[in-house]
This record gives sequence, structure tokens and C-alpha cells, in this order.
Amino acid sequence: MAEFWDGGYAYYATAVLLVIGLYAIVVKRNLVKKLIGLNIMQAAIILMWVASATRPDATVPVLDTHGDHGKQVVDPSEYLNPLPHTLMLTAIVVGVATTGVAFALLISIYRRYGTLDEAELLEQMRGEPG
Amino acid sequence: MRHLTLAVLFAFAGLLLYGIGHVPERGARESPPNAVESPVGSPNAANYYIENAYVDAETPNMVTVTLADYRGFDTLGETVVVFTAGMGCALVLRRSRR
Amino acid sequence: MRDYYDDRIVALSARLVTPFIQLFALYVVFHGHYSPGGGFQGGAMLAASFLLIRLSIGTAAAQSQFRRSWGTPVSSIGSLVFLGTGLIVLFYGFNFLDYAGLPFSGSEPELRNAGILAIELGVAVAVAATLTSIYDDLVGEPLGPLAGGLDEATEVAEADQVEGPERDEERGDG
Repeated sequence: MAEFWDGGYAYYATAVLLVIGLYAIVVKRNLVKKLIGLNIMQAAIILMWVASATRPDATVPVLDTHGDHGKQVVDPSEYLNPLPHTLMLTAIVVGVATTGVAFALLISIYRRYGTLDEAELLEQMRGEPG
Repeated sequence: MRHLTLAVLFAFAGLLLYGIGHVPERGARESPPNAVESPVGSPNAANYYIENAYVDAETPNMVTVTLADYRGFDTLGETVVVFTAGMGCALVLRRSRR
Repeated sequence: MRDYYDDRIVALSARLVTPFIQLFALYVVFHGHYSPGGGFQGGAMLAASFLLIRLSIGTAAAQSQFRRSWGTPVSSIGSLVFLGTGLIVLFYGFNFLDYAGLPFSGSEPELRNAGILAIELGVAVAVAATLTSIYDDLVGEPLGPLAGGLDEATEVAEADQVEGPERDEERGDG
């Protein structure tokens, strides 16, 4: 139980969010709700990556150069892992842009079919020729 | 259909919980992101970036140096992706005046 | 359907707060070297300030801040700044995106510092313009003259009016 509160809670939170997102994608009938489920899953993955970038007794990966400017020997075990933060910066912005394009497609679907309900959309699309 | 959906969701949750039990502890010294040497034998990327960020670029923020200097090509691709998303939105939604 | 929150207090508060948001966004972009921040974060905050004005006094009145026709050109200018910094270095014999080859005077770490700042500015501009352009495309064409809005906003809306609302193609409440 001690290890749960020490560090494992982040991964369990990721698992909970992933299942909630998958539930929204599979069970909900409205397309906007499916899109929000996708966003929830993306947030969960970003949380998992950033939470795995810790080290014991480490600080933010920004050097403090007020003391001595220039060449100071840096101990890598004092600073957090900067690589997942870098990759997730990119992932967040790409996620926002992708959600924007998805909403554009949803607006286009609504203009064409008049509904955003999955069952009605499938019925209308089956009824069309070709 | 609902039973199949619930079964799939529970199987997914079970798979995730099984995987979490077998993941190394957060911040463990032996895990691949925090090791001193990568499994191949080359120095670990994150430790190299931490040690050489200020020496190479005279910038205290290691995340910015990694994003813009060591992994600058990924940032270029990401900027192009954002621009393409804006283009995609414009092409789908803008209607020309007839 | 109106596309903004029609209230004087909301409009006044948004107009008071927006310059500080933009100043802080510029601060975040330029201080990406010394504190957490950088191009993406500052660009998102800059886009948030544009969106705040669009949500509080309307898209038609917000054209004087950032026109909807500027979204695509400004975002491509941002990407070109990034790409240009990488290509300039090729002409001086260095690798692509190797900032040590920039044609300024200084030691190699200082040149890399300058190169990082240049591409962060390009990224901030591109991200801000793209997010605002996505919002403008989702909202659609500007509606008719504002009903009960601010006086100068009405003048700007009438000057920038493109065409009437496309009621024949809009179904329901969008």
C-alpha cells in the first residue's frame, strides 16, 4: 500500500482515465461525445508520460545560474528527465489541432446529414446509393 | 451487443491493471529512462542532454534546449502538422462565394 | 445566432484584461530560456487573448485586432521563419538546423541561444495564428450588425461587413 501512494497512483489514474475514454468512444451514440472520449484518452497518455519522468529528490530541469556563471558540473540525478516533457509539449499541441480538424469534420457531417447521432447516420448512409 | 461491449471494456481494464503491476517503479534507478547507459551501450540520451545543455547553448532551461536544438527536427515537423491542421480546417469549412 | 456574450460588463472586463494576457504571453515566449515556457505555451496564450476578444465583443468587432483573413498567411509566415532559420545555415556550410552557422558574430553557445529564440518566435506566431484560424472557421461567416453592442463595434462591423447571414444553409441551431 505504501508504494501505491509513493508513486503508483499516477499509473492507476492513467488506467482509470483510459477506461473512461474508451467507454465514451464505444458506448455513446453522439459523435461529439465520442470525440471527447478521444480527448480523455489523449490526456491520460500525456499524464502517464509526464508522471514517469520523475526521479527521487529531483528538481525542475532548469539550471540555476545565479551562483556561478559558466562551467559548472551538472549532476544528472538532481534534475528531472527532460525528454518526456519535450515530447509531450508536441503531443499536446498536435492534440489540440487534431481536435480542431475533427470538429470541422463534424460540422461538415451535420450540414450534410442533419444529425450527429451514430445510428441515424448509419441508416442514412446505408439508404444512399453508392 | 451490450454484453460484448462490457466484456471488451473489462478485458481492457484487466490488461491495463496487469501491465501496471509489471512496470518499474516511478523514478527507479534501473529503469531505462533513468539508467546511466542505454541497453545498447551508448550514453543515455536524457543524462547527456542534462549535462550538456548549458555548455552547448548557454540556456538554463534544458527542456527548451532539447526541444529546439537537440530535437529541433521534431519541432519542425510538429509546426508543419499544426499548420496542416489549420489548412485542413480551412479547406473543409470555408465556402467560396458564388 | 449570435456568436458572443452580449453584456457590457463582460466586454469591458475582457478589453481591460487582454493587453496583460498578451504581454504575459510575450514574456512566456521570450523567457523560454530561463524558466518553463517557450514557443508553444506563449502561442497558445496569445491565441487565448484573441479568442477572449472574439467571445466577448463578437467576431465582427474583433476584426480590428486580428482579421480572419490573416490567420492562414501569418501561420505560414511562422512556419517559414522556422524553416528559414534552418535553411540559412545550409548556405554557410553547416548541417540543417545547426544554429552554429548563423551569420552573426559570437561564440557558438551564444549563436545557438539566438537560434533557439528565433525558432521559438516562429513557432509562437504559427501556433497563435493557427488556433485563431481554426476558431474562425468553426464559427463561420460574421453575422449581421450587432444588436445592442458597443458603438464603435457597430461601426467596425458595418465597415467590414462581407455578406448577410447564410440562413439558407444553416440548419437548426448549429
